[in-house]
Amino acid sequence: MGGLNKLMRDRSAMICIIFLTLVVLAGIFAPWLAPHSPIDVNVKEKLAGISTTYPLGTDQLGRCIFSRLLYGIRTTVFIAFITMIVTIVIGTLIGGIAGLFRGKIDEIIMRICDVFMSFPSEVMILAIIGMMGPGLTNIVIASIIAKWAWYTRMVRSIIIKYADKNYIQFARVSGFSRWHIFKKHIMPNTVGEISVLATLDAGSVILMISALSFLGLGVQAPTPEWGMMLNEAKNVMTIYPELMLAPGIAILVVVAAFNFLGDSLQDAFNVKRGKRGKRMR
Amino acid sequence: MKRYITKRIISIIPLLIGISFLAFILINLSESDPAEVALRVNEITPTETAVAEMREELGLDKPFFERYITWVTSSIKGDFGNSFVNNKPVIEEIGQALPATLMLALVAFVMIVFISVSASILCTIYEGSIIDRTIRGFVFIAEAMPGYWIGLLLIWFFSIKLNLLPTSGMSSWTSVILPAVTLAFAYISTYVRLIRNNMVQNKNENFVLYAKARGMKEGIILKRIFKNSLQSAITALGMSIPKLIAGTVIVENIFAWPGIGRLSVTAIFNYDYPVIQAYVFLMAVLFVICNLLVDIVTAIFDPRMRKEV
Repeated sequence: MGGLNKLMRDRSAMICIIFLTLVVLAGIFAPWLAPHSPIDVNVKEKLAGISTTYPLGTDQLGRCIFSRLLYGIRTTVFIAFITMIVTIVIGTLIGGIAGLFRGKIDEIIMRICDVFMSFPSEVMILAIIGMMGPGLTNIVIASIIAKWAWYTRMVRSIIIKYADKNYIQFARVSGFSRWHIFKKHIMPNTVGEISVLATLDAGSVILMISALSFLGLGVQAPTPEWGMMLNEAKNVMTIYPELMLAPGIAILVVVAAFNFLGDSLQDAFNVKRGKRGKRMR
Repeated sequence: MKRYITKRIISIIPLLIGISFLAFILINLSESDPAEVALRVNEITPTETAVAEMREELGLDKPFFERYITWVTSSIKGDFGNSFVNNKPVIEEIGQALPATLMLALVAFVMIVFISVSASILCTIYEGSIIDRTIRGFVFIAEAMPGYWIGLLLIWFFSIKLNLLPTSGMSSWTSVILPAVTLAFAYISTYVRLIRNNMVQNKNENFVLYAKARGMKEGIILKRIFKNSLQSAITALGMSIPKLIAGTVIVENIFAWPGIGRLSVTAIFNYDYPVIQAYVFLMAVLFVICNLLVDIVTAIFDPRMRKEV
């Protein structure tokens, strides 16, 4: 694993990993870390500045911004994770079938992927939310439907790439079963490459989910979510613009960390992303 | 060349059929009955007879496949049915909103081309210098910034603090500036990265070394590098046109810009299925056609691309 050593030496990539781990831990332990409840309204203390009781001040309803940010990790970041995991599982299964069996099945799957990829992902997501109505589960389902085709395609091309390698051909000639070769040789490589691609994509999923919540199509009030917090901050922009800072910076930093880590992983493991793999917005 | 173009055009026909089918079933998979929704939206109590009448009016009593054929044939003629909310033809609604979106996308596109090309050239000339690093740092941050946050910050700074530009709506020609900048922002970062990396890569090609050995002027060499990178830039920029038009949704909602993005989000909140359906269908068709045009243009520029398909 030359890639792993290379990654360990990359100090900025390690900082990203540590930072993202801390973010995830902060999300998990939010009930213990948060000084206040994220949804308790306290109008007397509204729009308070930074103080020891309220580390980042309060919003127009007197809710603690710091607590809302911490709980927001649970919605924004964790939902992005769930979306990614389900998409990868679906993509690996269908792409695996296409790449391993080839022939007619492959042909049909690829044509279906073509249709799905001919929609810009934003339009696809809007279409599905339009059909199912706004809501948290629905934006997750919508993002999965909008993304599975790309992952399927990537998995298929990775599997096909490895299937032609000499050592796989040797294994085949040696009489190992198809399943054995897949499990022992193709699977580990595919999982590695796909997780690199997923890291590169994670930032854009976070952006997408928070954007939909910002529009009011995703998470519904009063659940704390970073995009939602910005939407609420918009309403008091004229009198208290500072409210826009915390959630915006939170999204920026987490997404930047994912993007940077993704780039480093890509360099370290030498993974090529597909032509269509440009970040969605 | 002719053969390539015909082949390419034929190849999109099954794609278009697939798209229309998908756009159609998406709405039909919906849990709620469109007839009931149509009544609810107009605040009519959905009694059994009213629902049955509405079903007949919307043609929902016919078998699935027949409905699909009717929908496709009328859609091709531009008839997407009537909006549930105000009973106006959907095509009229979209026709009214489309110019605003196109204008916004066009202004943003001009900004994108101008800024990303000039920034990439700057980066290539001064590769590794402070200019290059500043631009790349800026690109890195811009890629991670949520577009709507940029929009809000711009409104706050230029409209509220400096009171220079209107916050929202489409009142004067200055209204387009902030939404267009917001829209362009995300794309500029992607394209600077793409074009710059491509040009820097081309800088190490043999033809550059040869040109240098022949003692050609820096400017001429740069022109050749740029020409070589043009193809990937055209592909990327061409693909961005439908993405820009589709991607206006968020920007239009922040700035209350009366375009199709806002129309579609309003339609989602109102469960106005015909509008959503038409929007999805038109956007996908636009995407496919732009894709086709970009492929043809690149094939004209670069004969190597014709071999594929």
